[in-house]
Amino acid sequence: MQKLVSWIDQRLPIVDAYNKHLGKYYAPKNFNVWYFFGSLALLVLVNQLVTGIWLTMSYNPSAEGAFSSVEYIMRDVEWGWLLRYLHSTGASAFFVVVYLHMFRGLMYGSYQKPRELIWLFGMLIYLVLMAEAFMGYLLPWGQMSYWGAQVIVNLFGAIPVIGEDLSLWIRGDYLISGITLNRFFALHVVALPIVLLGLVVLHILALHEVGSNNPDGIDIKKNKDENGVPRDGIPFHPYYSVHDLVGVAVFLFVFCIVVFFFPEMGGLFLEKPNFEPANALKTPDHIAPVWYFTPFYAMLRAVTVDLFGLEAKFWGVVVMGGAIAILFVLPWLDRSPVRSIRYKGILSKIALAIFVVSFVVLGYLGIVPATEGRTILAQVLTTLYFLYFILMPFYTRMEKTKPVPERVTG
Amino acid sequence: MIKKFVLVLVIVMLPGFVLAAAEGVELDSMEPDHSNKASLQRGAAMFMNYCLGCHSLEYARYQRIADDLEIPAELFEENLIFTGAKIGELIEIGMDQDMAANWFGNAPPDLTLESRLRGEDWIYSYLRGFYQDDTRPLGVNNVVFDNVGMPHVLVEMQGLCAVEPKIGGKSSVDPMSGNIKNGDICSDWASEGSMSPGEFNVAMYDLTNFLSYMGDPVKLERERLGMFVLIFIAIFFVFAWLLNREYWKDVH
Repeated sequence: MQKLVSWIDQRLPIVDAYNKHLGKYYAPKNFNVWYFFGSLALLVLVNQLVTGIWLTMSYNPSAEGAFSSVEYIMRDVEWGWLLRYLHSTGASAFFVVVYLHMFRGLMYGSYQKPRELIWLFGMLIYLVLMAEAFMGYLLPWGQMSYWGAQVIVNLFGAIPVIGEDLSLWIRGDYLISGITLNRFFALHVVALPIVLLGLVVLHILALHEVGSNNPDGIDIKKNKDENGVPRDGIPFHPYYSVHDLVGVAVFLFVFCIVVFFFPEMGGLFLEKPNFEPANALKTPDHIAPVWYFTPFYAMLRAVTVDLFGLEAKFWGVVVMGGAIAILFVLPWLDRSPVRSIRYKGILSKIALAIFVVSFVVLGYLGIVPATEGRTILAQVLTTLYFLYFILMPFYTRMEKTKPVPERVTG
Repeated sequence: MIKKFVLVLVIVMLPGFVLAAAEGVELDSMEPDHSNKASLQRGAAMFMNYCLGCHSLEYARYQRIADDLEIPAELFEENLIFTGAKIGELIEIGMDQDMAANWFGNAPPDLTLESRLRGEDWIYSYLRGFYQDDTRPLGVNNVVFDNVGMPHVLVEMQGLCAVEPKIGGKSSVDPMSGNIKNGDICSDWASEGSMSPGEFNVAMYDLTNFLSYMGDPVKLERERLGMFVLIFIAIFFVFAWLLNREYWKDVH
């Protein structure tokens, strides 16, 4: 065994790689619950890839055959129902862990210098993940698949001059059709997963270059012992590998409760209208995207005024795009001398709380049908969402921060 | 720490449970029971005899129903296959979709997934919601599905209610005893059926139960396996936790 390892190591730096990323990757010893979600995201990614490959073996990407091939998987393929529920629940679980992972970053300032690139790669992962989820949702070819895609692709039509042609180009047809289904399938199973994997590698490489942040936001590399090992650091393996195993067990327990007992999650993970095959002549009463898109969908609907001779729908798209785009520049908006929310001032804490509440309530508003009152609420919350970012350079500098300890705490 | 983690996950999942409730028309509640094979068998027989003329179950196979409902294949072929299909085939119908659309306004939909699309409560209420309405082409309407294109196929059994039946009261079938609570939904019958209101409720419970099974045939097996999976993960958790504790002893 030892011989084999050294034989390979002379030709491929496996020992080096192992040490750099696991055995001698020193992570701060004070990680809390919020630090489970990165490795859990990786677990869900693997789940999606494996179940996805097996689903592809029985799925038929054509307008005529897609819907019935999904039912074929559910009824006739051995364990097909399990593969499909693991995949559909996995999609939602992916966003659950990614949102929590991102929230962790916001709380502890994990995007701050020198981790800007990690944040940017992470945002790109989030962006690709949304595209991946959107295209995957068309594949079952149910009513909500069809009309959801119709609504979202039509959004591009709101862009002046090129809009109509652009949405035509995306669809490959004048309305969502088998042609659209085929290209979405190709992108969903080949193109986007490759990009996603590449970005995940970059995200982790960049992380391991500068080292992990921690709940105190302290740079553990500033305090090293005589061997050059951070005093507050412990090797990722075995300490965090066994630690994450506990998190994996808890996560899988909750995940499997959904997979085996509530696979539709009350219409939230699998929407009811999607049990009816796509029908271009019959619009569902109420079209709502899947829950993980609803905060942005609520922002889109919140914009109701025409401006500068352009229709409200266009500005809705701008707001929706802006809501995601503004996350990219976050590392340069935070001017606080400290990273962690623990040592930031009261203004940052209030701002973060308002931001979270806005995002969650917007998510709810995006699911339910719009009423006049709800639209006004969505407008207020959309404004608050943006204010969190726009005012950040000011409140992070104005407020009084607490002194950061030398060594990590609990 | 683990407690907090569970709490976070539960809170995140919470909206799902809350949002499960929704929508307009009051419906009678129907609690499906896929382990009640007798009910499912009666429902299957009812479906094959009265519904399959117009409504297919095109994603399901006869064989699967025979197996799941513990009906011997021979018996099933003799008594429940009317189309000349082989038992391994999908449950399709011969009616032409375009002509059907001409006759009824809309082609009768496939019902394999109806219970997942509309829910068991809706089906149970709909089946019992027909009433006399001479303004409609077929002379009947439905309180759950206004201006419905379907005739009252089961009028021989239920009879015809002259007024709108009261759906959404507290009437429901107790799946354990088969007794009906508050079953009389019609105050004025235009014609009597061969079944009493109570018997008809039970028959519709069975039919709905069958359609519920049809929408999710693997439910019983899935939930049975789910218990083992959860027990396995729980045991795995204990070992993972102990392993973690052992390693972290030397971290101060």
